[in-house]
Amino acid sequence: MLRVEFDEERCKGCELCAAACPQRIIVMAPRLNTMGFHPATVTEQERCISCAFCARMCPDVVITVRKEEKKRG
Amino acid sequence: MITVFERPKSLTPAKTHYCPGCTHGIIHRLVAEVIDELDVREDTIGIAPVGCSVLAYNYFNLDMQEAAHGRAPAVATGIKRVHPDKVVFTYQGDGDLAAIGTAEIIHAAARGEKITTIFVNNAIYGMTGGQMAPTTLVGQEATTAPSGRNAETQGYPVRMSEILATIQGTAYIARVSVHNPQEVAKAKKAIKKAFQIQLERKGFALVEVLSTCPTNWGLTPLAAMKWLQENMIPYYPLGVQKTPEEVEV
Repeated sequence: MLRVEFDEERCKGCELCAAACPQRIIVMAPRLNTMGFHPATVTEQERCISCAFCARMCPDVVITVRKEEKKRG
Repeated sequence: MITVFERPKSLTPAKTHYCPGCTHGIIHRLVAEVIDELDVREDTIGIAPVGCSVLAYNYFNLDMQEAAHGRAPAVATGIKRVHPDKVVFTYQGDGDLAAIGTAEIIHAAARGEKITTIFVNNAIYGMTGGQMAPTTLVGQEATTAPSGRNAETQGYPVRMSEILATIQGTAYIARVSVHNPQEVAKAKKAIKKAFQIQLERKGFALVEVLSTCPTNWGLTPLAAMKWLQENMIPYYPLGVQKTPEEVEV
């Protein structure tokens, strides 16, 4: 499962998520969605720290964020 | 994998009609998250306003009622008095609350109605195309103030939170912003408090959320966030204007 997943069909390409990302890994994809916007996407999933700043700034609730469960030991 | 962030249950799956980067979407989500966290979704009735957020009833997965322009606090009063056990909130913009609805909001506050109001202030009329609002800043351009608002002829912007804080019937008044993730977190905390005040039947609660209008300000969504921070916050200072502790004294 992806750490940060974008529901690209909802994205309006406003870039607020990209500006909020402390890892600077969010980019606007060159492809267009059916609304005609370049959707936000992350290719370097392994660099995501699951802080969810992007999701908190997204006005269109495009983003789902997950993190790995800590192993208890 | 644990899910850290997902769509709140109190929002419908509908795509919003808001422009790219419009902060209405963030504020809708915060209200929905708070209703989910307080577990009052089945007991909440929202009042939608007139303005850009007129279609809020399509986006909140709650019982919703549309009100005439500015009259949301009056409609909320009626619903709350008939159903005192329900959670009733209004969601209003600055053209709705600070212009045509001034009488309704001031008297709902004066009567100490046990309702919650989310007041979205973006300093302009959004839906009708960027006309000057009572909250438009001095010098800010609008279609009806093309060379910028002139205080000499058009007066000064209205600080609704400060006005409402002077009224005895209000229990909680706060002004927050959503221009970065930290401020979004604070805004959510204030909105949660405003709903808790209602659940505790302490009185009228209002949260003013400073918001952007990239389309009518003529800025990109990111530049609009910066403009909000540099121009709106100095005139509309953030923070709690009034808390229930002041009421009890």
